[in-house]
Amino acid sequence: MVTRGFTGRPRAADPTTRIPPGQHLVDYFPVLSAGPTPHITPEKWRFTLKIGPRPVKTWSWDAFNALPMTKMVRDIHCVTTWSMLDSQWEGVLIDDILADAFIEPPTPFTLAHSFDGYSTNVPTADLTTGKAMVALKYAGKPLERDHGGPARLLVPHLYFWKSAKWINGLQFTERDEAGFWELRGYHIYGDPWREQRYTHD
Amino acid sequence: MIDADTGWQTAVITAIVPRTAGITSFIFKLERPFRHRAGQHVDLRLTAPDGYQALRSYSIASAPDASGTIELAIERIDIGEVSPFFHDVAAVGDEIELRGPLGGHFVWRPTDAGPLLLLGGGSGLVPLMAMLRQRQQDGVATPTLLLQASRSWDDVLYRDELLADAARPDGPLLRFALSRSAPVRAEDYGRRIDAAMLADALALLPAPPAISFICGSNGFVNTAADALVGLGIPADTIRTERYGG
Repeated sequence: MVTRGFTGRPRAADPTTRIPPGQHLVDYFPVLSAGPTPHITPEKWRFTLKIGPRPVKTWSWDAFNALPMTKMVRDIHCVTTWSMLDSQWEGVLIDDILADAFIEPPTPFTLAHSFDGYSTNVPTADLTTGKAMVALKYAGKPLERDHGGPARLLVPHLYFWKSAKWINGLQFTERDEAGFWELRGYHIYGDPWREQRYTHD
Repeated sequence: MIDADTGWQTAVITAIVPRTAGITSFIFKLERPFRHRAGQHVDLRLTAPDGYQALRSYSIASAPDASGTIELAIERIDIGEVSPFFHDVAAVGDEIELRGPLGGHFVWRPTDAGPLLLLGGGSGLVPLMAMLRQRQQDGVATPTLLLQASRSWDDVLYRDELLADAARPDGPLLRFALSRSAPVRAEDYGRRIDAAMLADALALLPAPPAISFICGSNGFVNTAADALVGLGIPADTIRTERYGG
């Protein structure tokens, strides 16, 4: 349905193919979160891999920073409709975290957990084979607290709420268990190219 | 047109009410009425003749009711493409695509335990207004305090309605923090929100808030949420919504 009198921003005749439907470009990095922004010091920081309820391995900040670092340049898309192109990230691939624990991806689904009690679910296949990382730096600098610092999940091909801020662990699960926003009306998978914003999309 | 699969419906603008210099309310008649929860939002979708679409979320300002209408209070963002359309182009009778209600976290129920603390920055008052309106409409006596930060007395969204609500026997406590003008009432503040102000606010309540809702810019929300946590309010009782995202 065409909206009477709406033209929208000036745009190129051939719009970029990098912006999913319903999204618009921003040139800054907006901040969104469900609660207060936690303060997490390196001394208190821990990252734990679990299979179901069973912890497999826990890293301290120093041990985690000793893992292989990878850089990624990715476009990211937030369900609140902003998209940011060419964002620069550095961190540890989920593949390298698994390798350091000497495990293969153990179950088809994963819950990411955060220091503030947040969680989000992602199929394990969307985290492995170079698709996702635990990011420690953004644009060459340590990740700011507002943006999830000291460490956040980065799953750039899904809506950005899947990239859990203040991450403190990954838990492998047999079933796809809904996380925080997924229990509160948001889509279980969250593919921006299929506009999977809300539960029934 | 209603699309049952995706929830999109067509709503008609039935009234346009300027509220402050920068904020105007739009009343929408819903094709398919719903009863939202206070604090929820809707998505609006505008479509240009060439098919280009812009999608934005707006919090609902009205209380849940059976009227089949909702109120959205939209702040003009000059660099935006949707809010200038509403302020400059939209007219009564226009049809707008809308879906909702959406969001399951920043919501208040009249049965929620109190006290209730509401902290609004600028147009961040909108979802809190839905809560206060429902509280009044349902005759809920939960001890409640709204601390609203605005630039000036005339920039306070819903100012007269808030003052009238606060004057009722079971009305909420009300404090304004005005960053660019002197306070008009003796109990208000002529500065930005800070920890000392929040300590004052907490002291006005009969007990620590069971739940706090904070809505505004990221800077406002961070300042307010950090101060509350610093004053001993458990982080998991504080819900935030940040504008500009």
